[in-house]
Amino acid sequence: MADEVVTTVIREKILKMIKNEKRLDNRNFNEYRNIEINPGIITSADGSAHVSIGNTSVIAGIKIETGEPFPDTPNAGVMTTNVELIPMASPVFESGPPSPEAVEIARVVDRGIRESKMINMEKLSIVKGEKVWIIYIDLHVIDYDGNLFDTCFIASVVALSTAKFPYKKFNLEESANPSVPVEHFPIESTYVKIGNSIMVDPSLEEETIADARLTIAIDENSDIRAMQKGFSGVFKEDEIYKIIANNREINRSIREIIKGKVEVFR
Amino acid sequence: MEFLVMLMSSEGAVNIPKLINENGLRIDGRTTEQLRDIKIDVGVLKRATGSAYIEWGENKILAAVYGPREAKPRHIQNMYKAVIQCKYNMAPFSVDERKRPGIDRRSTEISKVIAEAIEGAVIVEQFPRASIDVYIEVLQANAGTRCAGLTAASVALADAGIPMKDLIAACAVGKIDGQIVLDLRKEEDNFGQADLPFAMVPKTEDIVLMQMDGHLNEDEFKKAIDLAKKGCKRVYELEVEALKEHYKADMDNTVTDKVINNGR
Repeated sequence: MADEVVTTVIREKILKMIKNEKRLDNRNFNEYRNIEINPGIITSADGSAHVSIGNTSVIAGIKIETGEPFPDTPNAGVMTTNVELIPMASPVFESGPPSPEAVEIARVVDRGIRESKMINMEKLSIVKGEKVWIIYIDLHVIDYDGNLFDTCFIASVVALSTAKFPYKKFNLEESANPSVPVEHFPIESTYVKIGNSIMVDPSLEEETIADARLTIAIDENSDIRAMQKGFSGVFKEDEIYKIIANNREINRSIREIIKGKVEVFR
Repeated sequence: MEFLVMLMSSEGAVNIPKLINENGLRIDGRTTEQLRDIKIDVGVLKRATGSAYIEWGENKILAAVYGPREAKPRHIQNMYKAVIQCKYNMAPFSVDERKRPGIDRRSTEISKVIAEAIEGAVIVEQFPRASIDVYIEVLQANAGTRCAGLTAASVALADAGIPMKDLIAACAVGKIDGQIVLDLRKEEDNFGQADLPFAMVPKTEDIVLMQMDGHLNEDEFKKAIDLAKKGCKRVYELEVEALKEHYKADMDNTVTDKVINNGR
């Protein structure tokens, strides 16, 4: 994958504005771009969502099949997450096998969902030790303008929360509540560090010139469930603490937005 | 899948369902010469040079155009004209059974015929050594995705400002219950007797894409082409409407306004 390019003019402008705690698009450091959430847009999927943060746009589709459990977890279902950085989304994305970037996003999203116990995996068992539900989360990135981690994460959470088991398709008895057993509501947030400034939800330009990146997944008690540091720059310990403290407030409002959308849809 | 199960009779034989009723209407209530509902949005993606989104019945498809840009790897460059590279791809969640991500033989073939169709309409001689890259992503599929995808791609090319002889309009015709009908939906494709995807440049009536499988006699074939042309003309009107709608605001603005609005 080729690198994104940020012109010197824009780079200098960002650096200059940051000194006054300002960003190129007039946000403050703790502010997300506009988040748009549209659940249920793909009827061929068992659950779906179109989520945009600013111009970054992702479609999540959930497909659910039956299959065998892994031998080491005979009573738990299976969940896999797949991200495709399709060439439609950016001039630097290329088709072919998943790039390391795509694999990283998929794994970080998966970790946040898995570790927060969002889905009760035991409840995905159909016949103990023999037959379980397999949940595929497929993330189709269609427009890349920064912060794919959070866009993909929100899209996954919304799509999962609105997903229903396809009982009929697999000749299984219908259940009174066909919804996928969602028990927690994690939120993942990504920060970048440019110079000594740290800001949430990086735009493409910010992400491209950033020194370091940090993604945190927290549950509804603000407990941390997953983390991922990225890029070659470094964080200081107190910087991490500061991010975590800030993150609580920022995530509260985002959780409300998402929950509201999901409840309306359900 | 569900549909198939439903069709299995007690003897185990598959009953072909009735696709056209006694009033001459199809299972979704259309007449034999009627397209599904089509909605086209222009300029839906920020990063792409041009883009379009189409909803064609239950098909939901995005198309993006990048370029003209340097053709890579360099050995694909043509010193006299631009090369058209097309990638048609289906999302894993776009169909009933999850599709394994990535390129398969079907998508390779469709990408090729669509690229060739586009080359028939784009004035490729203007861009030697360049590549015009067209990406078609099928998000939800219900038969006719190559025609819907090509239609969206054509609008995306116009949105990208690529010079063309004219837009390309596409639609499929087929034969169900012994009758020639326009624009097959999934059940009609599965249980019909023929499917003929078709695309043309309406201004010149050049046919830029044509494929067929099934069984048609000569009369039926002529009727099919005639109907396909009618369908394409209607698709063309919708393409033009969508583009006009999108650029209406631009046309009202002065050049200065445009520069300011596009500037960061």
